[in-house]
This record gives sequence, structure tokens and C-alpha cells, in this order.
Amino acid sequence: MSKFEFPPSIKSRPVWGTLEPRAGKHHLMIADAAGAEAILGIATPELMAGTHIIYIPRGADHADALRAQNPAQFYEGPTYAASVSRIRRVLQDASMGLQVYLTGTEGLMGQAMHEAMQAGIPHTAIQTEHRGSVARRMQCVHCKGITEDVETDPFVCSHCGLNLFVRDHYSRRLAAYQGVCIDAEDPGNVPEPKGIYE
Amino acid sequence: MTIQFHKETFRGEYSFHNSERAIKRFPFPFDKDSYMYAVNMEQHRGGPADSVYEKRFDVDEHYVSEMEDRALVLADDPLRCQSLPHMTLAGWDLLELIMVSKSEDYPELFELHRDGDQWRWVNKPLGIDDTFTFMDETTLPYGPMEYITRQTQGDFCVLDQRDDNLWMDAGTVTTQADWSLDFDIGMNFFEWHAPVPLAHEKGIFVRALKFLLNIQQGAPARRLNWTMTVNPLLDTSPENYHKWGIQKTTLTPENIGSKQHLRVELQTFFRLPRSNALVFPIRCYLCSFDDLMTVPKWGRRLHRVIRDLPVELATYKGFIDNRPMMLDYLSKFDDGQPTSLGIWPDLETEPPLKVVRSS
Repeated sequence: MSKFEFPPSIKSRPVWGTLEPRAGKHHLMIADAAGAEAILGIATPELMAGTHIIYIPRGADHADALRAQNPAQFYEGPTYAASVSRIRRVLQDASMGLQVYLTGTEGLMGQAMHEAMQAGIPHTAIQTEHRGSVARRMQCVHCKGITEDVETDPFVCSHCGLNLFVRDHYSRRLAAYQGVCIDAEDPGNVPEPKGIYE
Repeated sequence: MTIQFHKETFRGEYSFHNSERAIKRFPFPFDKDSYMYAVNMEQHRGGPADSVYEKRFDVDEHYVSEMEDRALVLADDPLRCQSLPHMTLAGWDLLELIMVSKSEDYPELFELHRDGDQWRWVNKPLGIDDTFTFMDETTLPYGPMEYITRQTQGDFCVLDQRDDNLWMDAGTVTTQADWSLDFDIGMNFFEWHAPVPLAHEKGIFVRALKFLLNIQQGAPARRLNWTMTVNPLLDTSPENYHKWGIQKTTLTPENIGSKQHLRVELQTFFRLPRSNALVFPIRCYLCSFDDLMTVPKWGRRLHRVIRDLPVELATYKGFIDNRPMMLDYLSKFDDGQPTSLGIWPDLETEPPLKVVRSS
């Protein structure tokens, strides 16, 4: 249950919080993988009675534990991409005062936050808590392709194949960090990939 | 003075060059022999005759060729010009500001005839004569911001003002010092400046934002910023960095004087009337080291500034690897004599270069 402490960084890099139950009739909780643990940490029968949970297990086995909390609605999706149309539909109906909780990987939180912002909810009103993998969703600044779950720096763009280094510069609109060619000035000189926070 | 527009390129064979007049009016960015980030804002209300400060939107000998280069960049990558849906009104504001300013400041080059909302715009250097309905997008070949910024030198960021912050919500950006509009669009002032080293800690951005939020209509402001570029390449974008980055390694002691360019941004800030947005033109001027060295004061000063610049800044500006070669070149133009304060060349009053002892 230990949480990863992200090192201090630049001002475009998101800072994730800690979920806490808020007053309100309607609650939307979107989580992937270990994010389920953050929901379980704040779940009470009263809160769950007004909560719609959207959960993407990604190999984790928390779905039954979440279901056992008796949320008003529960959906288990195989991938974020498969779930996003449902997320949009739910946000479309969101009434004033809907509380949004996002937890799990940065990629999940970033993309779901983008959907909530598109629905008119200010990002500052959305609760977040990082859990699980510290992998990043990266945009290649050159080809614009997104590579999900990047764990190393540098990495190879899954679209154009350039060797990219991992920046902390982050776009909420794209829900992605920026990847930039690492060997442009010395082609082929690519350092050995390391974990992003190593 | 009649401007002779150059036929030149900012890519390929790089035929870009500055006339003697352009060198003398180059906005040399250092007002003393050292440099550190500062807010350094001043009112943008004219300046010395024929200086780049004189007009609201400076038009120079590179105008026609710069616009051709912009068209090439936009054809290659339309994402360099974007406007979020709520920014169209600001685009009309910008179109009006530029058309009015240019037709008043350069009547021999630009004409604006207004009859109610029926406007006729004549741009003689680019051979444009268009009639359109103001505030009706269907009467222009592009959106208003794109239409006018395809005809105006410099990048344009159109900033929405809300929540006591400025938001990069529209822009045309093809001559940028290595930042991406497509990535930064939608960010606030602190977020899009996040990668800049040292300046956050010095409180520069907090003070700059406070100043910018209070800019009033009719009272524009300006400042200079700078970096270094190998070859007169306008499009030093991150998008194309994997293509142009290698050019930084082509400097030699023999070619550095002609290949290495000081890149200066004249940044101006205008409040827009209907949208209350702030437009932030970033006009890029390039000058080769060889041409800069024809002004003795600038030779002395550039050597001292580059020599003493903190490593973080030389790294961020992308020339840390080439700095030793630059200093070998520049030191030959620094005879140790004092320099006059201010950015102007002071050719009549500053002493000529003494022979510098070989190092």
C-alpha cells in the first residue's frame, strides 16, 4: 500500500493528491489497477450508495472487492479505450455538484481528467490519487504519436521509432508528457535505458 | 525609406542575409556586459527612427521571404496554427489591430478601406487585395488569426485572460525557439514556461504575469529575448528537431562567423478590445556573428556575455557544446575597452577595435 513519492519537478507536471470523501449526492470514481485500493480506503456504505465506479483492472484482482462495497453502479472495463465512451456518457449527464475521483496510473488519471474538463468540470475540482505503476503516457513531439505505459528513459516511439527522452513537461489537453529525440545531435548515441525515476 | 524585399531562403541553401541597414537596426539584446533573466518590460510606444521599435509591427527587408517560409511550414504541419473554439473573437481583434496598425504605419505598403463591416485589405508586397465582411469567417480563406498572421512577420500567441492567469489558447508559431504550440496550447502562463531554468526561482514569472494582466488597451509593452541558432533557420521547432539538431554540429572555426546566428525575439504585448485577450507577438531577428562584429561595441559585449553566462542558461539555450568555439571566435573582437550602456550600436562614439593580442 506504500505510495510512490514523486520527486519535485517543474510547474507543468501534475501533482497528485489523496482521495477523501466529499459531501454530495453523486460521485464518479474512475480507477485502474491498484487505484482500487484508494477507493476501498474511503468507501463507506453512505458514499457508495451514490457512487458510480468505473474500474479497469489491468491484471489486478480488486474488482470483487469493489463490487462488494455495493456501489450504486459498477462497471468493469477491459481497457481505458473500451471504457471512454461510457465515461463520456456519464459525464454528459453529470449534474451540478458531481464529485469526481480519479485514481491509479498517471495515464488513466490524465485521460479521465481530460474528459471531465471537456464536460466543463475545472481540473482543480477533481480529486486524484496516484497508485501503482509510475509508467508515463508519452507524446512524441515529432510524429505526435502517443506511447502508453513508458517505464524507461530513453524509450523508442511506438509510432515512428525515434529514440526519445522523457521530459517532465506535461500537457493536460493531451494527457501526456513530452518525448524528444535524444540523439538528434549525435545519431546513434543513445544511452542505456533506465527506469524513469532511477 | 523604401524597403527592398529580399528573395531569400531560411532553409536548404540558406540564402538569407542582412543588408548594412538591417545590421545597424538589429535589436541587439544586451544593454550591458552581462546577462541574467529579468522582466525587462517597457512601453511599446515607438523608438528611434528606423529602429525595430519605431512601428507597432515592424516590416523589414525579409518580410516577403519570411511569409513564404511560414506558408511552407504550415503546408508541412498545419498544427503550427491552432485556435481553441472560444478564441475566434480574439482572432478578429488581432486582424483589426494588425490591419489598422500596418495601414497607418506603412501607407505605401498596406491599405485598409472600411465601410461598415465591409472591409477591403490591400497588401502590396504580397499581392493581396481582398474584400470581406468583418466578423464573418466565411468571407475569408482562413480563420481571422491565420489569415492575418500569414501576412505578418513573427509568431503570434493569443492569450485568454481568466482566473488571474493567461492561457495559451491560440497561436501561429513557425519561427519558434524550440517550443511546441501543439503541445503547449491550453496551458497557463506558469505551465508553458515550466521548462525555463532559474527564472521561476527568481520570481520572474510571477512579476511578469502581474504586469501582463494589467496591460491596457492602447498601451502595449515590449521586451527582448534571445538565443543562438546555427544557420539562419526560422523553424527551430521541437517537431523538426530530429532534422535540424544535427546542424549544430557543423560549426568549424572557419565557418562559425557566417553560420552562427544570434537569434533575438522582439516580444510585444497588446490588449485586444472585444475579447480582452492579450496578443503576444514574438518577432524573430537573425544576425550572423560576422555581421554583428562590424559593430565594435557589440563584438566586445557579446564576448563578455557569452563567456560569463551561467551553464544552466547556455545549456537551456542549446549552445553549451559550441560555447568554447564561440568564445575562440568572439575573443578576437574584445580588446578589453569599456562599452557604453544600452543596446544601440553607438558607431559614432564607440572606439574602433584595437588589435587584440593573439590568445
